[in-house]
Amino acid sequence: MRLAGLIVLSALFAVDAASAEIPQAERRSGYSFMAPDTRAMQDDDTINPGMLWVLDGEKLWARKSGVTNKACADCHQDARASMKGVAAHYPAIDKALGRPVDLEQRINLCRTTHQQATPLPYESRELLALTAFVAQQSRGAAIEPGNDPQLAPFVAKGRELFMQRQGQLNLGCTNCHDENWDKRLAGSAITQGHPTGYPLYRLEWQSLGSLQRRLRACMTGIRAQAYDYGAPELVELELYLMSRARGMPLEAPAIRP
Amino acid sequence: MSGPILAGALLALPGLAAAQELRGYAVTGDAIAKSLTGAPGDPARGRTTLLNRQSTCILCHNGPFPEEKFQGDLAPNLVGSGSRWSEGQLRLRLVDASRLNEATIMPSYYRVDGLHRVGPAWRGKPILSAEQIEDIVAYLVTLRE
Repeated sequence: MRLAGLIVLSALFAVDAASAEIPQAERRSGYSFMAPDTRAMQDDDTINPGMLWVLDGEKLWARKSGVTNKACADCHQDARASMKGVAAHYPAIDKALGRPVDLEQRINLCRTTHQQATPLPYESRELLALTAFVAQQSRGAAIEPGNDPQLAPFVAKGRELFMQRQGQLNLGCTNCHDENWDKRLAGSAITQGHPTGYPLYRLEWQSLGSLQRRLRACMTGIRAQAYDYGAPELVELELYLMSRARGMPLEAPAIRP
Repeated sequence: MSGPILAGALLALPGLAAAQELRGYAVTGDAIAKSLTGAPGDPARGRTTLLNRQSTCILCHNGPFPEEKFQGDLAPNLVGSGSRWSEGQLRLRLVDASRLNEATIMPSYYRVDGLHRVGPAWRGKPILSAEQIEDIVAYLVTLRE
């Protein structure tokens, strides 16, 4: 009996150790894994290419659109005040939908509901620009997914997906980003996978891109079927990643290799 | 728009899976003693296959490959593989390392079942063919310390 108990205990411990989150004190932004010249590019707004999208987003913020002929600014006024810290709390529950939506989806919900305009396609210049402009207002703010108890089951689903092995290579996110973030994959730093800088400019993409784009690329990398843009699974994964990065400062628009 | 493409993909799938039927093998202890193809592999071709990024080996492993600038360090260095393991042990470790250690991050290179959400391009196919595995095994046994 006692032996059986020990076996159960050690089995529990083994599961726990394998899926342990990175301790708070050891958490590192992808920024800290980068070469000094790439960091310098992020640090200087005059050479950070992500700022081109932010500037576009600022113009779009003031541009009237849709049947109601309203601009974002007509309801939200100056984004520097009204959007300060907002991105640090996303994804967040949309009351009407009863599920979390990410920042891109929130912008599109505003467009369809309040502006009565067509939603902007994922990864379009306009949606990335507006998202970057909104996210930039939270630069330096600590990531803090809301304490809305409605979020909890979606965080749990996102975590499940993070742990789930998938694809022809049969790997889960956790296998690299919890267990091997101090190592190198084909010469590149693996990183801890904290989404601190989205939307961000990836040198590999030669463009700004969303967190969903990054997640889909990782899924294709392990030869899994990537979820479609806007799929609830991707939003749940985004939500889990944000809760995992709780307290880390937002860097949008960041630069990554 | 996506309807006909999806239907086409579904129709194509059974044929694909059938074409990729895996050869049987017998595990004895922690090894597969017999060649998957019934013939010995080619070590020179094995080295080339191992270094091909599509094979995925050196994304995680590094080894005596001075010409390769970008190698991984998530997995053991392959130097001395042939001294540490027998040919049959190496074969099982490539075919299905998860049989020896369920928690390993080493993919099973010759397995198509028990996988989740495999992308359409790879569904029903092993990562490497039996011939490729035999070539790599033949190369790894030459890596002696």
